[in-house]
Amino acid sequence: MLLSAALAGLLLCLGVSSNASAQEALGVHGTLDDQQEQPVAGVSITVTDTAGTEIATVTTGDDGTWAVPLETEGDYIVSLDESTLPEGLVVRNCKPQLEVHVTSDRAALFPLDTQTDGCTAEEAPGGGTPTDGASDDPTEATSEETEDEAADDAAADEVSEVQGEGGATRAVTLLVSGLHFGLMIALAAVGLSMVFGTTGLTNFAHGDLVTFGGVMALLFNVTLGLPVWVAAIAAVLLGAAFGWAQDWGLWSPLRRRGTGLVSMMIISIGVALLIRNATLFFIGGERLRYSDYVGQTPWDFGWLVVTPKEVVTGLIALAVCILVGVAMMYTRLGKATRAVADNPSLAASTGIDVNKVVRLVWTMGGALAAMSGVFLSISDGVKFDMGQHLLLLVFAAVVLGGLGTAFGAFVGAMLIGVFVQLSTLVVAPELKYVGALAVLIIIMLTRPQGILGRRERIG
Amino acid sequence: MDWQFVFSQALTQAIGPTMLVYALGAIGLNLQFGYTGLLNFGQAAFAAMGAYGLALGVVAWGLPFWWAVVIGLGAACVMALLLGIPTLRLRADYLAIVTIAAAEIVRRLARATVWADTTGGSDGMRGFSEPFFALIPWDRESTWTLLFVSMDSGRLAVDFGIFELQYSYRDTWIMVVGWALVLFFTGIMALLIHSPWGRVLKGIREDEEAVRSLGKNVFAFKMQALVLGGIIGAVAGFLFALSRANVQPDTFTTDFTFYFYVVLILGGAARIFGPVLGAALFWFLYNILSQGLSQAIRADVIPPSVLDSTQVGPLVFLLLGLGMVLLLIFRPQGLIGNKKELLFDVR
Repeated sequence: MLLSAALAGLLLCLGVSSNASAQEALGVHGTLDDQQEQPVAGVSITVTDTAGTEIATVTTGDDGTWAVPLETEGDYIVSLDESTLPEGLVVRNCKPQLEVHVTSDRAALFPLDTQTDGCTAEEAPGGGTPTDGASDDPTEATSEETEDEAADDAAADEVSEVQGEGGATRAVTLLVSGLHFGLMIALAAVGLSMVFGTTGLTNFAHGDLVTFGGVMALLFNVTLGLPVWVAAIAAVLLGAAFGWAQDWGLWSPLRRRGTGLVSMMIISIGVALLIRNATLFFIGGERLRYSDYVGQTPWDFGWLVVTPKEVVTGLIALAVCILVGVAMMYTRLGKATRAVADNPSLAASTGIDVNKVVRLVWTMGGALAAMSGVFLSISDGVKFDMGQHLLLLVFAAVVLGGLGTAFGAFVGAMLIGVFVQLSTLVVAPELKYVGALAVLIIIMLTRPQGILGRRERIG
Repeated sequence: MDWQFVFSQALTQAIGPTMLVYALGAIGLNLQFGYTGLLNFGQAAFAAMGAYGLALGVVAWGLPFWWAVVIGLGAACVMALLLGIPTLRLRADYLAIVTIAAAEIVRRLARATVWADTTGGSDGMRGFSEPFFALIPWDRESTWTLLFVSMDSGRLAVDFGIFELQYSYRDTWIMVVGWALVLFFTGIMALLIHSPWGRVLKGIREDEEAVRSLGKNVFAFKMQALVLGGIIGAVAGFLFALSRANVQPDTFTTDFTFYFYVVLILGGAARIFGPVLGAALFWFLYNILSQGLSQAIRADVIPPSVLDSTQVGPLVFLLLGLGMVLLLIFRPQGLIGNKKELLFDVR
């Protein structure tokens, strides 16, 4: 009995929600359901006219529906009282207030979810088009610390003021932040490119190694209360261990079994999904921050505004990149790595232990990705999908530099980082990734082997 | 805890509208990945092309429904050509990277605020499905009973005694159209694959050079497979948009593509009925896990300290990701696949 009532309710609600624009009467209505499409009852929704006069307040019924009939056509503001939402649910796009233009019976949609899509809550009421409402990218805030971060970051106000001034200062600031961002991409890209070079695997889970670093540092810093720099070192070590363990437990046995590269590529997507959802499971969908360096006062040189944390993390990243490069050039293991990347069979026949080299590459790749994750999180906070969004830029960098080459990855990463940041001079910040990804496709079209790659690699 | 409800829900969904979306998308992917060996990681973008083509056509440009369908299909074709021309001559993993990047471009463009007046930005669009539902041949009031199938004022109910499947007026229509499309494309696929054309595709998957040495234009065959698979992906997009009566950019993420792969590999790649079986099983497993866990939390079988209701989603997807990895390692042929057909490699 109860069952059929529940079912009927569910179906009714689905029916109503898809009926959206069928009626003729004048009014606003809608159906609230959560991310699992279960109706949400008991949420109060208020409709006011543009002058601010309240017209009606209704609560959603058991089937999640609500409706407010209206007398005259015009603009109305529909607001959802977020405090009446069931615990754990929020309006995904952070727009609990909608401005609707009513000429018939209109539907107002509040997408409910357990987390926001990275938007900011304090957009203007009825905020039809927030300037940057679409920013779900963790890196969005690297330089200009978008509106997204403005609330709790003193640096943000400073930089957005500079943005307002425009011109040369802004260009220089964007250039510097682009270089910083490029270094972060480079840290992740070197590992990805070397894994590709030595094993041929395009690892779609590499972005989630970045997230892993950020999350581990969060664990040590926030949960265990250690200073950020200790947590960062611990996270990098754990990242190395994670890379090592992944190769030991998953990829190396798969290579021994002779699993095809295509299967491995799809497995890597599965691993990415696994890590991402495990992160979401444990830390939730919020953007979390470390205990230190959050609202840092930036250095203002007049021609350049930069936060000290950006300078420090950037310099460390640069030093590490140079160190890795030197090691690749001059140490025995580095030479062995390059030999394996060049031709695994030939390398094996000259006595190089290919599996050992691959293990080393995974360990190093894991450590560098974790470092990138920690540094990015120091600037922008940790979010479960930060690595996923970075991954495509890392791919762009690696392809631009030439798949399989460590130095190409570095050059490509710097170019992509600067390009992404400087492109905001011309295009809307929310479209800056689109530009970078378009560059990726254009490179595929014109020079698929990348800047430093060699023709024969691509077959 | 109500096991009957959980099972009924999961069974309802296992042959319901969303499953049909996955089945259609996976049929397209089967042609590209299963038979031709093309790693299309942007099937979500093809679905988005269909869905947005339809929505923009009807809502923004005020075209008749069928013209909007043509626009959606055309957009998918154009996208397949744009992606295919630069990458199909290159190695398989380049196509993978380009398609995954293209899918992300499409999603970000769709949610961009620049033209949000037309596309609705991240809120998406609605109000394009009325012409489709106006086509429903039976009226809202129709009521009949045939054995264990009955229709009660437009709603379809299938009563198996222990389980009862119920579909709303609109869902029933989506299912009629969806199953017709699935059967149509499955039939087309069966005919194509057993034609000389299909044998060339399989040959390309096994050894591109050998096929080229026989004088076949490998590039053209790959392109045809990519376009046709993309069109079927766009059809999946139509069904997806119509079943939800809205389009939202963030439903077309890379994860969406990945679920098509899960469906395909679960059922068995390079098998005619693989996608359909896989979609039914995948969507059944997803629903039984998420419904079961939600019910268990509601009935206090699982205390809230162990798992709260907002964590159910991530946990289910975590289990699906894990299941996918284990499936590919231990049973890469899926339910009905042939292991020999999946040994192809990046060349």
